[in-house]
Amino acid sequence: MAYIEMRDVSFEYPGGFLAVDNINIRVEKGENLAIVGQNGAGKTTTVKMLNGLHRPSKGDVIIGDMNTKDYTTAQVSRVVGYVFQNPDDQIFHSTVLGEVEFGPKMMGLDEETMKKQVDYALEITGMEKFREENPYNLPLSTRKFVTIAAIIAMNTEVMIFDEPTAGQDLEGNIRLGNILKELHRQGKTVITISHDMEFVVANFERVIVMANKKVVTSGTPREVFWNFPALEQAMLKQPYVSRVCHALGVGEDVITLEEAVAAIRSRCV
Amino acid sequence: MGVVIEFKNVTYLYPLTDEPVIRDMSFSLEAGKFYGVIGENGSGKTTLCSLIRGFAPSFYKGELEGEVLVHGKPTVDYGPGELSLKIGYVFQNPFNQISGVKDTLFEEVAFGLENFGVPVDEIEDRVLEVMKLTNILHLAEKNPFELSGGQMQRVALASVIVLKPDILVIDEPTSQLDPEGTESVFKIIEEMKKEKKTVILVEHKIDLVAEYADEVLVLKDGRLIRKDATAKVLTDMSLAEQGVQLPQMAILGNRLVESGVPLRYIPVTEAQACEVIGEAMRKGGK
Repeated sequence: MAYIEMRDVSFEYPGGFLAVDNINIRVEKGENLAIVGQNGAGKTTTVKMLNGLHRPSKGDVIIGDMNTKDYTTAQVSRVVGYVFQNPDDQIFHSTVLGEVEFGPKMMGLDEETMKKQVDYALEITGMEKFREENPYNLPLSTRKFVTIAAIIAMNTEVMIFDEPTAGQDLEGNIRLGNILKELHRQGKTVITISHDMEFVVANFERVIVMANKKVVTSGTPREVFWNFPALEQAMLKQPYVSRVCHALGVGEDVITLEEAVAAIRSRCV
Repeated sequence: MGVVIEFKNVTYLYPLTDEPVIRDMSFSLEAGKFYGVIGENGSGKTTLCSLIRGFAPSFYKGELEGEVLVHGKPTVDYGPGELSLKIGYVFQNPFNQISGVKDTLFEEVAFGLENFGVPVDEIEDRVLEVMKLTNILHLAEKNPFELSGGQMQRVALASVIVLKPDILVIDEPTSQLDPEGTESVFKIIEEMKKEKKTVILVEHKIDLVAEYADEVLVLKDGRLIRKDATAKVLTDMSLAEQGVQLPQMAILGNRLVESGVPLRYIPVTEAQACEVIGEAMRKGGK
């Protein structure tokens, strides 16, 4: 049995809007996984079911030995941390430190463990220098890192990031990539929603494609980004370098810049 | 082409701060062109937009040195509301755009026209046309606050376009959008360019800036470090060394040249890459 299992899961919002339609997802412990798909495909609703913010209307969501139906959101969120898409849905403290300390405090950690985890979270996200700042004095892209720090400080087994690259510049994207790599190295299970295909190729081993409330396919970035029927169904494009190689008819499995250079070079020189 | 916006030695400080966010900036923008504004977060892009629209210093206060001219007249000399007729401003955060006083999207998009006293028949025609263009017509009866972030960004854009301003200032309109939605926003902006509007767009998605902008302004630490034709700026490896993100196609082009593949020029768009790499492959004869 996989560490995380979503079995025949559907979700209907109050009022009857069906957002997720009978999906099955399995995630092994320590996997790093991206979820891609159009706005409205059901990505955010799916991950909110993983940390207990939503309960499935149908089917089961199992995390380790917990069926989320039998546990409170507070209990599930000790195991699964979720960073909201919009940081302002998450932030409510008047200092960065207060915000980042809140989770570990609620978990009832002892002072020393808490301090260690909070310091680590502030350091890895680059938020150390803003400890005493009011989060709302910081730009949106920085507030996003505050919310990421708040989840890392809880040191949960599973961490979910909802569109962390939105509004980030080059440096922000690189910092995010480094954080994800480090969490993966520590054996965390990391699930990230992203619209940035280059970011997905650079940082994830496996990709789940969602379209119209369902899972379309799942595989390595190489498998997914050359699966044209799946891309078409999800209205996604290949990464830029793959598109060029496809158009030129070279290297029919290229997903990185290095591979593109090698494939094109072999046909020219 | 006439100059519509001019910065003359502009330095600007927000109130209660010691460091200027815009430092000694001078440049001019011509009518009917599409300008991309790029730079790291915190480099002054949004403040630049506020200065053009006159929010800085009129609304935000702070200290302005030098002059920001719109159609030859300093922004500080315009009366309240006067610049809103000339310049459409789409905020980075669509929540800042939505009026909050209207119950349906249709009314929200019509709000500005109502305020300007446009006849009702004309309002209806213009709102329907713009909602169609921005692909939100099917949402016309919805409450603006029921929408997803991506939908809201399109509403924000629609409520500005409908006013038909000559100048559009757009601050990161696609941060919440999927790739398909992002392309559609750029297509809308391109339509605006066809109507001879001047467009100033702040955007991190450099591959799309490469595709659509005529010229690019690069900001760093509050200074304008480069302003030139898009293809010139976005193939400049010395800018990459200063932390400026180059398009994927320019990086690929540069790497190919380094590895011994001769290219006639460094591409910045997918179409250019296919053209120039295709040529090199035919010459290579394999």
